[in-house]
Amino acid sequence: MVAVRIIPCLDVRAGRVVKGVKFRDHVDMGDIIERARAYRDQGADELVFYDITASPEQRSVEVEWVERVAAEIDIPFAVAGGIRDVDRARAVLHAGADKISVNSPALKRPQLVRELADTFGSQCVVIGIDSMREVVNGKGCYRLRANTGDPDNMIDPDLDTRAWVEQVQRLGAGEIVLNCMDADGVQDGYDIDQLAEMRTICDVPLIASGGAGAREHFLEVFRRADVDGALAATVFHSGRIPIPALKAWLSANGIETRLQAESTAPVQ
Amino acid sequence: MTIAVINSGGANLGSVVQALNRLGAESVLTRDVDEVRGASRVILPGVGAAAWSMNALREHGLVDVIRGLTQPVLGVCLGLQLMFESSEEGDTPCLGLIPGRVARLPAEPGLRLPHMGWNRLAWKADDPLARGLDGHEWFYFVHSYAAPAGSAVATSEHGREFAAIVRRGNFAACQFHPEKSAAAGARLLRNFLEG
Repeated sequence: MVAVRIIPCLDVRAGRVVKGVKFRDHVDMGDIIERARAYRDQGADELVFYDITASPEQRSVEVEWVERVAAEIDIPFAVAGGIRDVDRARAVLHAGADKISVNSPALKRPQLVRELADTFGSQCVVIGIDSMREVVNGKGCYRLRANTGDPDNMIDPDLDTRAWVEQVQRLGAGEIVLNCMDADGVQDGYDIDQLAEMRTICDVPLIASGGAGAREHFLEVFRRADVDGALAATVFHSGRIPIPALKAWLSANGIETRLQAESTAPVQ
Repeated sequence: MTIAVINSGGANLGSVVQALNRLGAESVLTRDVDEVRGASRVILPGVGAAAWSMNALREHGLVDVIRGLTQPVLGVCLGLQLMFESSEEGDTPCLGLIPGRVARLPAEPGLRLPHMGWNRLAWKADDPLARGLDGHEWFYFVHSYAAPAGSAVATSEHGREFAAIVRRGNFAACQFHPEKSAAAGARLLRNFLEG
């Protein structure tokens, strides 16, 4: 059986790892390669690098740091930020990224998802979704947000999250990362209700994002929302939740995780 | 030792080259017939669709060259699937080195496609690629199609059992990505280079 994935997310700004609260007030968390190597050694199953400034400032991620990560790191990683066309996606994939993650540019032009899937295969194409709870006509629902890396230029594309989750799958998305913005950065737990609802309409891998603050939150999201992976930043960057201990504890609680055996310690 | 990594045109072929670099082994990404023939090890990686990749191999005159190789050859991911007779993906004939047809993994409730993530193997036979592994290692998979488990050296499971490692003489292949499978994958690649 395929193991659930524990995925540290490294928000990148100007070649450094940063983290903000509710997408604001970014604090420097260290060098990219240093961080990536440390997470690989701790048993992270995958890494996601979000260039959080790329989309609003109308530029794409630099591929130089992608190449450095690819040369160094022997676990899969995805790159997000400013990938607006097939050429840019190709540059990032050829630099060594395993997947590209697209958010705002796909909202602006949904056909981009199909172009990327047709060119590189669905397995390379991750759709990042920023979603907020809203009340419309007295009824609770989930709605999208775009350009969330820059709060002053955030856009409300006036689109229902459910509809978008269904549409991107039809267009060829190979994985969905659902970032629940109300929960993000406040470490009060993943948005289980929202993730569980999207799970019922999501046939590709679904990754939970936003809200991890304690190991119980991970157990809860795997048990109750049946997600394929859980993404977190602050609790990993700060060292508050060590990944080896988290994975061992999840395993002990019946969630299949990839535990690193002694015999597979790095070969000399 | 010269290592040829066949450039079949897909994305992300550089990952294999970088994994070899980390092992201190230099390799060349190539679609040159003589370079492939003359290499002491050949790796056939592949990301993308089977029909498209077979077209690329045909276009560069590599189909019969690969079939005729006598040095150790390692297929990776799609490279494993291409070693079989045919694939349901694009309904294409493949290299025909190993009997069987590649088919789509089953779509079932609660079973996600692609099969994306870390999974374990069930070893069915001993193989030089297994040296130094204790059988409990996890490997990273990304695929929606898979080869029949019947004659596999090792299998894995996602909805059904499928071939995770196959071998026919000098031809071996793995469905997972050793270049992305941390220390266990590095060990397997080293076994291939030293085998």
